[in-house]
Amino acid sequence: MSAQTTKPLSALKRHLRAACAATALLLTTGAQAADLNALIWCDHADPALLQPFEEANGVKVNVKEFEGTGAGLAIVEQSQPGDWDVMVIDSIDVPRGVEKGLFEPLPEDKLPVADLFPQVKMDASTVVGGKRYGITEKFGYNTIGFNKTKVDPADMHSLAALTSDKYKGKIAIYDYYLPVIGMAALAIGKKTAELTEADLPAIKAELLKMKANAKLVGEVTASQTALATGEVDILVGGGEWVTAGLAKENPALDFSIPKEGAVLWSQSLAMFKDSKNKDMALKFIQYIISPEGQARLATSACYWGMPANTKAALSDDQKKVLRFDEQPDFLARAQAYPAPNADLDKKMQDVWTEMLQAQ
Amino acid sequence: MSTVNNSGRALPWALVTPALGWTLLFFVLPFIAMGFSSLTAHEGGGFTFANYSQFFTDPSYWRAMVNSLQVTAIVTVVSVLLAYPFAWILAEQVPERWQRLALMVAVLPFWTSYVVRSYSWLLVLAQNGVINRTLTGLGLTAEPLQLANTRFATVTGFVHFFVMLLTLTIFANLKQLSPSYRKAAADLGAGPVRTFLHVVLPLTLPGIMVGAFLTFVLCIGDYITPQILGGNNELLMPQLVMMQIGRRGDFPLASALSIILMAVVTVAYLACARWLKIERA
Repeated sequence: MSAQTTKPLSALKRHLRAACAATALLLTTGAQAADLNALIWCDHADPALLQPFEEANGVKVNVKEFEGTGAGLAIVEQSQPGDWDVMVIDSIDVPRGVEKGLFEPLPEDKLPVADLFPQVKMDASTVVGGKRYGITEKFGYNTIGFNKTKVDPADMHSLAALTSDKYKGKIAIYDYYLPVIGMAALAIGKKTAELTEADLPAIKAELLKMKANAKLVGEVTASQTALATGEVDILVGGGEWVTAGLAKENPALDFSIPKEGAVLWSQSLAMFKDSKNKDMALKFIQYIISPEGQARLATSACYWGMPANTKAALSDDQKKVLRFDEQPDFLARAQAYPAPNADLDKKMQDVWTEMLQAQ
Repeated sequence: MSTVNNSGRALPWALVTPALGWTLLFFVLPFIAMGFSSLTAHEGGGFTFANYSQFFTDPSYWRAMVNSLQVTAIVTVVSVLLAYPFAWILAEQVPERWQRLALMVAVLPFWTSYVVRSYSWLLVLAQNGVINRTLTGLGLTAEPLQLANTRFATVTGFVHFFVMLLTLTIFANLKQLSPSYRKAAADLGAGPVRTFLHVVLPLTLPGIMVGAFLTFVLCIGDYITPQILGGNNELLMPQLVMMQIGRRGDFPLASALSIILMAVVTVAYLACARWLKIERA
C-alpha cells in the first residue's frame, strides 16, 4: 500500500502490465475456446459442410485452403506451434507429417474405422509405428472422364484410347504428375505400387504420346472447365471428382474404369500434435467421418467424391451420380496412388516437366 | 550553427529511414534468406550448387527461360507498337476536354480483376467462344481454330493488359513535350513525318523504354496469365518455380530458379539504364 502511495508511476506500470496480460489471456483463451483452425482443401470450405458443426458445437471453424502437401507443410512450418488444429492431406503423405513430428495419434476407438471401405483405409500410409495418424475421409479415381455424347463410351474402357488418333486434339490432361504417371504406368502394364526409376523412360514415352493428343494440360478448374464447355471431350485423370458435381447441369459427363485399371486417390484428416484445442479437433474429425458429415463432404460445392464411410447418409440420387453401388467392382480394379520416395518423386516430377515442355 | 547543420543532415535521413527500413525488412532480408535457401539441398539440408546446376543442365528447365524471354519479347514489342499510336491519338488528336474521359475509358479494363480478365479471354478464345463462332458463322473457317490454350492466347492476355500500361506512360511523355519543338522543326522545314521521326519519337523514347521495362518485368514474372490461357502446353519460368512448391515443397530449387529469373531482370534493367542514361537524369 505504502509502495503504491510513494511510487505511483511504478504502480501504474504494474497495473497496466497486469491489465495487458489479463486482456491477452482473455483474448487468447477466448480464441481457443471459440475457434478451430483447419488447413484444408477447397471441399472443406463449403458452408453447407461447416455450418452444422459450428452450430452444434458453438465453435467457429477458420479455414485456410492450400494445394499440394508441400505447400501445406510449408504453411505449418511458417506458423507458430498450436496455430493449426487439423489438416487435410493426401493419404499417401501422412507419413511426411509424422516424420516432421507434426501429427497426433488418433484414438481409433473413438472413430468409426470399421465403417470405412476396407480398400481405402490406407493403413500402410495412415498408420505409422502401430498408431493411426490419419483417417481417410474421401476417395475417388484418377481415370478417364468424358462426354458420352461426343465419344464412343466403349472406347473409354481402354487407356489405349488416350493415345489413339481418333481422339487427337479432343483430350485434356489433369496437371498433377503422380496420378497421371500412375495412369501411364497402367497403360503400359505396370503396377503403380511397384514403380521404380527403371520404369520412367517407358512412362515418359507414354506421357509424350498422350501429350501429342492433348489440347491442354490443366489444373482442377481449367481441366473441369474444358470438359464442361466442350473444349475437350476427354479428361485424362478425371473421374467422379469432375463429372459428379456437374451431373445436374451436364448429364452427358461420365467416367469409366478402364480394363487396365484406374488410380485410387484418397484424402485423410490428421490432427496436429501442438493443437491447443484437441477435444474440438477430434469432434471435428468425428463429424467429418460421421454419416451426415460424409454425405456433406462427398457432395461439397468444390468437388464431389466418394465418402470413405460406407454408411454415408447420401440420397439415392447422390449415390447414383457417384456410382456408389459399383464401388466394390471399381475398388477391386483400382490400383494404389503412386507413393514414391523423395528421390523417385523428384525424378517423376522432372519427367512431367519434360512432358509439359515437349512440343 | 552546428545544431542547424546537424538537424539539416538528420532530416533527410529521418525521411528516408522508413523507406530504407521497409526495403531492408521486406526485400533485402527475404532476398538473403532466398539466397541461402537456393544453396541448400532439399533433402538433408547441406550446402549445394545442385539447384543451380539443375537449371543449366536440364533442357526442360532452361527451355522455360527461353519460353519466358520469347513471350516477354513478343508482348513488349507488340504492346509498344499498339500503345504508341493509341497514346499519340489521345494526346494529339483528342480535344483537351475529352482526354481525361478518353484515358479513363482506355484504362477501364484495369478495373476488373486480373484473374477474371484472363478467364474472360479464355471464354473469348475458346473453341465455342466469340471469335470462333464468328469465324465459322461467316464461313471464314470450316473448323474452329485452336486459339485458347496456346502461346497466342498467353500473348493476347498479356498485350491487353500491357497496352493500357504503356499507353499511360507514353501519353504522359507526349503531354510533357513542349509544342516549341514541333514549331522549331516546322520553321526549319521539316514536314510532319520528319518531325515525328527526328524530334517527337526520340524525345518520347524514355517514356517508351520506362513502359517497355515495366512490361518486361511484370510479364516475365507473371504466373496467372500463362497458367490460365497457355493451357500448360509450354512452361514459363514462374510456372516452373510454382511447380517445385506444390507437392514436394522444394523451396531451395524454387529459390534458385527465382534468383536466376531475378538476375535476368537485373540484366535487362542495366541494359535499359545504360542505354537511356537514366543514371544521369
